[in-house]
Amino acid sequence: MTDPVYLDHAATTPMVPEALEAMVEQLGRAANPSSLHASGRAARRAVEEARERVAAALGCRPGEVVFTSGGTEADNLALKGLAWARRDGDPRRTRLLTTAVEHHAVLDPLEWLEERQGFAVEHLAVDAAGRLDPAALDGALAEPSGVGLVSVMWANNEVGTLQPLDRVVASASERGIPVHTDAVQAVGAVPVDFASSGVDAMTVSGHKIGGPHGVGALVVRRDLPVAPLLHGGGQERDVRSGTLDTPAVVGFATALDLAVARQAEHAAHLRALRARLVEGLRRVVPDVVLNGPGPDSDPDSVLGWDEARLPGNVHVSFPGCEGDSLLMLLDARGIECSTGSACRRPRTCCWRWAATTTRPGPRCASPSAAPPRGPTSTPWWTRSVLPSSGPGPRSSETPGCGGTAMKVLP
Amino acid sequence: MKVLAAMSGGVDSAVAAARAHEAGHDVTGVHLALSRNPASYRSGARGCCTIEDSNDARRAADVIGIPFYVWDLSERFHEDVVEDFMDEYAAGRTPNPCLRCNEKIKFAAVLDRALALGFDAVATGHYALLRDGDDGLVEMHRSVDAGKDQSYVLGVLDQHQLRHSLFPLGDTPKVQVREEAARRGLLVADKPDSHDICFVADGDNAGWLREKLGERAPNHGGAIVDDETGEELGRHDGTYGYTIGQRKGLRIGTPAPDGKPRFVLDIEPVEGTVRVGPRERLAVHGLEGIRPRWCGTVPAPGSWSDCTVQLRAHGDEHRARLRVHEGGESVSVDLLDAAYGIAPGQAVVVYDGSRVVGSATIASTDRSPAGSAR
Repeated sequence: MTDPVYLDHAATTPMVPEALEAMVEQLGRAANPSSLHASGRAARRAVEEARERVAAALGCRPGEVVFTSGGTEADNLALKGLAWARRDGDPRRTRLLTTAVEHHAVLDPLEWLEERQGFAVEHLAVDAAGRLDPAALDGALAEPSGVGLVSVMWANNEVGTLQPLDRVVASASERGIPVHTDAVQAVGAVPVDFASSGVDAMTVSGHKIGGPHGVGALVVRRDLPVAPLLHGGGQERDVRSGTLDTPAVVGFATALDLAVARQAEHAAHLRALRARLVEGLRRVVPDVVLNGPGPDSDPDSVLGWDEARLPGNVHVSFPGCEGDSLLMLLDARGIECSTGSACRRPRTCCWRWAATTTRPGPRCASPSAAPPRGPTSTPWWTRSVLPSSGPGPRSSETPGCGGTAMKVLP
Repeated sequence: MKVLAAMSGGVDSAVAAARAHEAGHDVTGVHLALSRNPASYRSGARGCCTIEDSNDARRAADVIGIPFYVWDLSERFHEDVVEDFMDEYAAGRTPNPCLRCNEKIKFAAVLDRALALGFDAVATGHYALLRDGDDGLVEMHRSVDAGKDQSYVLGVLDQHQLRHSLFPLGDTPKVQVREEAARRGLLVADKPDSHDICFVADGDNAGWLREKLGERAPNHGGAIVDDETGEELGRHDGTYGYTIGQRKGLRIGTPAPDGKPRFVLDIEPVEGTVRVGPRERLAVHGLEGIRPRWCGTVPAPGSWSDCTVQLRAHGDEHRARLRVHEGGESVSVDLLDAAYGIAPGQAVVVYDGSRVVGSATIASTDRSPAGSAR
């Protein structure tokens, strides 16, 4: 078989060589950055230099960077830590506002806060493309005194919708309510600047930007109290105890640095790839449905594709085609994509229900494919993996995706 | 051949997949996720539907060296198996969900999808033998391991399904399968067998039904009545907790006049009456079956033919005569020796020697001595 064509960069990305090299160099050293001797100081220096690079790349101050074990921990820290601290400040602040299209690293901690901690979670309405309706937020903020926080992702992990964060910040900040955003998918794909965005807390992850797994950060304003989840040695200004993983932190900072420096060029490259992919798909499968922001599901939008969604995101449905089966057939031909968030079992597809309900709903079958991001960008449609005709299998089950034969097989 | 191996996470399906792979087939492993909420079904190492089981299957596929996927069939399973299970109990019958799952899920939904995706066959770890017959048809026979034989729960398969099935374990005793698993480095080698109904998490069928059926009519409480005297001997919470032939758990205060144990004879779900009586009243001499399924040639209607039948999983074999009624929609079975504790809803599987002829769902039983009813 030829090399696999990896189209699942929303799930994870291959490490960039620079990050790998920087990380390996650190792995050869044994030191606790909290130790006071020379080896410890060297490790601490590497960590603090990494922190400064992260800060420079994200437009924040070094003291605002709290390293974590990844995006999930950063989301948990932001939501639980801010919710608790805000309620400590005023016991009436029990309302937590979010959208139904968030990643489960946001939805599930909020659900837990509601079920076990006495908070009340409100899922704000989104449109057919999964974009927050700012009017819904304004409505929810009409009586702001009881609101603990607002959490709205920068960009959606399945359909790539970019949220109107400026509107969110404008509405929440004037009422003194902190805004958290999960920017895991956005960093490196679109410009992300913490300070100018006006958000108060922001989640980033290492392995989505060509860095290592198991490391990420919560960027959070210094003047905003955050109750810690992990208690222990008092690292990360007492917000996140635990010996820092120096190699991972250095690898993360190196990758982030590069991802941000290359963002504009990278985005342009991805947009061109996406255009070719969509063109190819439409030619081979004329009834393919493009989901998320864009002309198919969003005909009235004043935003074009490029302003409305991540440059590297394509999310398509093939009418009459069952997602699990398609994934398997593509995998057998070396094309790696996904039918939903890899972070959820059973796989869910959030965008479709999000438009009709404000609560998590049933799954649907809609294979999605994010074009390559990073170094492995072979134009896969040139490999005749999608011939134009032939007796493709008809699925015995066609859940929610129309009814014509699937045409993606030899 | 391109083979889809259904891998439950247990030792049998793992070895079956390994054997198919070793035989040179192009094997892909698939674990069937049958519950939307894995915690609601059996947990631990005993079932086939939990996250642990899915991981066990995945690790077995890794060891064998085949691709592996999880297929979510929870909706189909709920509609075709779980709902049917509840409906049958609500109607006072005793269903066998494993047969139903084989008929509707493993060798229907899964097989259909596998064929559509270009596979030639589905392989499972069932203990049964497939053999080419003289007439060009594929025959299904009992496993060489009589203690593990699962041909009963496969009696619902027709020729099309058998043609696209592989049962690589039918020629091997279970103890050897476990040894083989260990030799192959499959970590599930010591995993205990699953026996109970996979979607009843703690094995407490009555408790599960009580919770799921809720207030659903006709499962209200009712009387436990002596079938001969009509005397009310006790009360119960719902007929779903009872199966014909059941002796334990009747909670009858007064002993029978003759001191002998009493058994459930009949269940009347609408009135909610459970009738009990002595064991000899359970003797079944014949039965009527509906929804017949034939593995190969359909027996000619009208005439009686000698056969043996099995009336429950791991049950005894009974000498019998079979007659298919005109139209082929139902069958009569005469039992040459009486069977006990036979409940409508169970399957009668018909054998010719070791070969499975077909099956039917028991609609009614005849408790009068053989021949007198006809």
